[in-house]
Parts: sequence; C-alpha cells; structure tokens
Amino acid sequence: MKVSDLVEKFNLIVFSGNNGLENEISGGYVSDLLSDVMGNAGEGEVWITLQTHQNVMAVASLKDLAAVILVKGFEPETETLNKSNEEGIPILGTRWGTFETVGKLYNFLQED
Amino acid sequence: MELVFEIEGGDFTSAGNASSKIKKVLKQLNIDSKTIKRIVIAVYEAEVNIVAHAKKGILKASIGSHFIEVKLTDKGPGIEDVEKAMEAGFSTASKQVREMGFGAGMGLPNIKKNVDELDIISEMGKGTLVKFKNYF
Repeated sequence: MKVSDLVEKFNLIVFSGNNGLENEISGGYVSDLLSDVMGNAGEGEVWITLQTHQNVMAVASLKDLAAVILVKGFEPETETLNKSNEEGIPILGTRWGTFETVGKLYNFLQED
Repeated sequence: MELVFEIEGGDFTSAGNASSKIKKVLKQLNIDSKTIKRIVIAVYEAEVNIVAHAKKGILKASIGSHFIEVKLTDKGPGIEDVEKAMEAGFSTASKQVREMGFGAGMGLPNIKKNVDELDIISEMGKGTLVKFKNYF
C-alpha cells in the first residue's frame, strides 16, 4: 500500500511532501514522544501524532518513515513543511482524533 | 574519517543535523542498515540532550573500518546522578522541552540500548562527556 492510497481512502489533507506520495507503507506508529518514535518506529511506517514542529521531520527522515499524519486538525509549522518537501516525506492531516484515525487506518492496513 | 559538529544549546532547529550527516556517510560506506539504524538513534538522542540541557557542545565522530566512535563534550549543568539519569522515565527537562515531545526520560536509555560501549563522565556545573562506540 502507498501513502496515496491512504490519502484517497480517508480523504486526508496533503500539506506537503507530494513527491513522497508513492512511498510504500509497512505499518503505523502512534506517539507524541519523539524519543519513543526514535527508539521504536520502523522503516516505512506512517507516524500519527499531534506534534507539529520541525523536529518531527528530523525524526521521520532519520527513521525513513513513509509519512506523518497530524490529527485533530493540527497544521504543520512552516519549517516542518519545508523539511517535508526536501525529504519527500508527506505530512498529511485529518480532523479526526488519534483514536478514530488509528482505528480506521489499522483496519485498512490489515486488509491489504 | 573524522566528522565534527558544533551544537548550540536551545537550538532545536539544528537537532538532527549531525545524525543525518552521519547516516548519509555510513550509507555511502555500505555499512549494514541495522547497524546504521542503531547508531542514528544514539547520535540523535545525544544531540538532543545537548540542545535540551547544555549551553553548547561538540560532537566528534571517528569512523574506522570496523567501528564508529562518537564523542560529545558539552558545557552545561552536568548530570548529578548518572545512574539515575539512565533510568527510563527520569528527566530534568523543562516544561517547554517536554511539550515538544522531548524530555520523557527515554534519551539515555535509547542510547544505551543501541550502542556497544558507552561511557558518561559528568562534572556538576561544568559539563558532560558522552562517548559511545559501535562495531560493524
């Protein structure tokens, strides 16, 4: 499954990193603690969080994540957008809270 | 090969620069990806520790044919009890740093878990030396 499949299925906002929409997804990780993601997320995973600052992209890039999804209508800061475009790791957005987002994504990824 | 980076305390915009560069270099050297992943976690956490706690610091990475050694020296408050700081969940980070999703007391445990050798020497009021080594 690709990032673009998630965008289409759940009507996610694409804030940035359009050049990474074809990234393959290996799974997902949920956390708002950066060290937790650093220590435990896996390559190609989609990271669901409410953090919006640019260190999110530093972590996403170091971990080779497929995309970042911001929940609850949060929007990325400008530097975060720039870094996402540079790295080709999309930042996506949804109005849903973390619980709903993860529930839907989990079921969809299981079907794949 | 030696790589040197200066790290400014409080400058979260550049946190990750050293780890990103080191990751690129190790990839070019064809080091296996599992090893790179471990090193990158440790270097990033060590960088963030300086940004979050110290005034400034220097990171030196020496890459040999079968190892990488990373030394971080900072001017900062020092660590009062290194053993305590190594415990998961223990942190002295500010509220602001915690709100960014750092300072959860996972940094040093993450480093320990991902390196082959680790030394921490700290002097209160002066600074801290963190040195670790991974073998390929």
